[in-house]
Amino acid sequence: MHIFKNTDYDFLRWRWHALALSWLVILAGLGVLLTKGLPKAVEFAGGTVVIEKFDDPKVNEDRVRDALDKHYPGGGQNAIVQAYEDPSLHQFMIRVPVVGAESGAALGIEAQKVEDALKQANLGTFQRQGAEIVGPSVGRELTSKGIWATALSLIFILAYLAFRFQFSFGVGAVVATVHDLLITLAFLAFFRYDMSLNVIAAILTMAGYSTNDTIVIFDRIRENLRSMRRDSLNHVINVSVNQTLGRTVITSGTALLTALALFFFGGEVLHGFAFTMIVGIITGTYSSVFIAAAIVSFWRGTGPTRAAAHAPAAPAAAAQQPQRRSKPQRKARAS
Amino acid sequence: MQNLRWKLITIVAVLVIFSAVGVYPILAARYRLPAPAVLMDKQLKLGLDLKGGVHLVLRVQTDDALRLQTEGDMERLREELQKRNIPFSNLTTPDVAHIRIEGIPQAQDAAFRQAATEIQANFDRSSGSGGGYTFTMKPNVQVHLREEAVVQARQTIERRVNELGVTEPSIAVQGAKGDEILVQLPGVTDVERAKGIIQSTGLLELKLVEQGPTPTREALLQNGQVPAGMDIVAGAPAAGDTGAVYYLVRKAAAVSGTDVRNARPTVDENNQPAVGFTLSAEGGRKFGKVTGENVGRTLAIILDNRVQSAPRIDNRITTDGRISGSFTPEEVQNLALILRSGALPASLTYLQERTIGPSLGADSIRSGVLASVVGLLLVVAFMLVYYKLSGVNAVVALIFNLVILLGLMAYIGAVMTLPGIAGFVLTMGIGVDSNVLIFERIKEELEAQRGVRASINAGFNRVFWTLVDTHTAALISAAFLFQFGTGPIRGFAMTLFIGLFSNLFTSIFVSKTLFEVALAKRQQVATLSI
Repeated sequence: MHIFKNTDYDFLRWRWHALALSWLVILAGLGVLLTKGLPKAVEFAGGTVVIEKFDDPKVNEDRVRDALDKHYPGGGQNAIVQAYEDPSLHQFMIRVPVVGAESGAALGIEAQKVEDALKQANLGTFQRQGAEIVGPSVGRELTSKGIWATALSLIFILAYLAFRFQFSFGVGAVVATVHDLLITLAFLAFFRYDMSLNVIAAILTMAGYSTNDTIVIFDRIRENLRSMRRDSLNHVINVSVNQTLGRTVITSGTALLTALALFFFGGEVLHGFAFTMIVGIITGTYSSVFIAAAIVSFWRGTGPTRAAAHAPAAPAAAAQQPQRRSKPQRKARAS
Repeated sequence: MQNLRWKLITIVAVLVIFSAVGVYPILAARYRLPAPAVLMDKQLKLGLDLKGGVHLVLRVQTDDALRLQTEGDMERLREELQKRNIPFSNLTTPDVAHIRIEGIPQAQDAAFRQAATEIQANFDRSSGSGGGYTFTMKPNVQVHLREEAVVQARQTIERRVNELGVTEPSIAVQGAKGDEILVQLPGVTDVERAKGIIQSTGLLELKLVEQGPTPTREALLQNGQVPAGMDIVAGAPAAGDTGAVYYLVRKAAAVSGTDVRNARPTVDENNQPAVGFTLSAEGGRKFGKVTGENVGRTLAIILDNRVQSAPRIDNRITTDGRISGSFTPEEVQNLALILRSGALPASLTYLQERTIGPSLGADSIRSGVLASVVGLLLVVAFMLVYYKLSGVNAVVALIFNLVILLGLMAYIGAVMTLPGIAGFVLTMGIGVDSNVLIFERIKEELEAQRGVRASINAGFNRVFWTLVDTHTAALISAAFLFQFGTGPIRGFAMTLFIGLFSNLFTSIFVSKTLFEVALAKRQQVATLSI
């Protein structure tokens, strides 16, 4: 069975459109991010904790969450509801992210809002056992450390790809990954998802996934550069993308299947996580096909390797190939 | 053929071992099957969202941090006055934020003010009657010290919880005054030990002994007072004796816990449990100087203001030392952990201890697990439909991947959360990528009219370096995330790491072997179901 058989799409023809589209989305996303920011989940923002004891034994976490979802301003997806002490006591600890200033007054107001929501949902009578202001459980250092880790890993991936392939390939892969990170953030901003640890984990997974996808295509380009010396670089790129298209679509497809299952059946808790995954998988695939290779083409098009890349495979020309072109070939031959 | 047999044995062995660690305990717990305790201890733990845990609230005694600053500044003032020969009758700290001095002669008043400028970075001075002054800690300094103490306490607790091997805890500052710390620990079996370790101050100080040990405190007093710049510290009696002993030690510590770079359980010369420690380069330099100048004297090793032992300094010691006392092996373990994670800047008291239920309701958990199973089944179904019999190969590789990942995560004591499960499933969804790559390549080779065996070999060989490249790039990211990340991000990086290795193993080794097994019996192979 074949999804794509001997396709011959001219992907590079669309590179300008693709770049324009990406810039549009990224700039719009940055605009939203800078003006409105991303809402933060409890673990980042801190918030208010209210402990309530319910008289109705049928009240459970899901009903409390449901009540917050419908009646609490901002919805229940940001709230954490936990049974407090022995479940037979029907006590629940409800944590909602901070809204406004952290002060005694804010504590009272937020606790009141939670209780109003519970009353509107007809959860019976309940008594407040306590209320408290909580700080963030994830410090600001996590964000900066996360950014550092990502930046450094990208530099090392660039170095690795420069070593195994060529510098331009490294640039292409890293630009594609940064592109995917920005697009994912943009979509999170458009759809107002909370920045939670789960979402961060999803973003990091997607960054890795996108690089993976790109490298597979690059690998094919590297292989074809050896056998198709008479052809222009752009032609080789197009052929390579087409040859790997089946694999690209199938892999994205299986990953997308699982992400969609999580989104539609996973309930509220996994929404942000699954949404990030879906966006990440789509943009990761898109960038591998349209952005990464295009960057290589741009980079090499203006760089000194242009002549070598377009040179016919005359013996003399082959001998004059710059060092870094011959290196990956030797490696590839070893395989 | 011989070769193939060994490959199969390896595969079965891996499957059995990882199932025993990762999968069997889960089934055993669920269906009450018999299982050895060793396996059950290693069982994959469930996180706060799936199972709940212990909920602790601690108050940071921020007064301690103020007292430390005040007493330190008082000693600096005392030294300064002695250096300048300014007499005074009384120097005390009436409370944590005040220093009181009396009896400065009128003639020396200007000189005193000069001497006191140094501590006035933190204190406001006000003059009283008869050559007396009161220094009050500046309000902003007080606020800063209190906040700092809470921040440091939170970080220390986080390190200790990490060292305890508890992953995915939730630690936050709370309370209107911001001096309480909320700690939620999932899957902790020994709550008392965890509580003890979190609460221990863990302040290690090495101080020169001036006098002692003596059986009473009074014997060390001079004119009924503790000599200036000295401290009296109680200690454990020598073996065989009863009652406490007291040491007169220098107030300034030669080395303190902040200089400790590492600590580990070891044994002393009598084969008794002890804690070995290694100092930082800076600490080692200080320690070398003090021990070098004081050979023959005794050095008190003081932990949380109690002398654990007072060995004689035989020669110059730089970076490595040992704390011996009458410790049990368990205490040594705990002490090493506490020293590694650093001292608390202030003492802690427990305000609350409660058990809490999962933060996700049963319905949420059910739908999350359902979604994960559906996702996994969709991948399996797709692979079977698209790759037919070869798809079975991919599915077997997938199951292997799952089992290895579960087994290793259980082994390293990872905690499973709902997003963790989802991430797991997604790893599987992405993990089939290696199989897809190989299969697509085999198809291409088959279309180029190569034989089935040759195509399979070419498929695996050509894709091998692609897989190495993609996996290396991913390992680079995982390594940096692990290095820089804290808590949950570290756990995530670990899962990624394990997933990558098990994926390489299953896609290259297991899949290939399965093809070989399928083709081994057939002499002439004309077609391949792919």
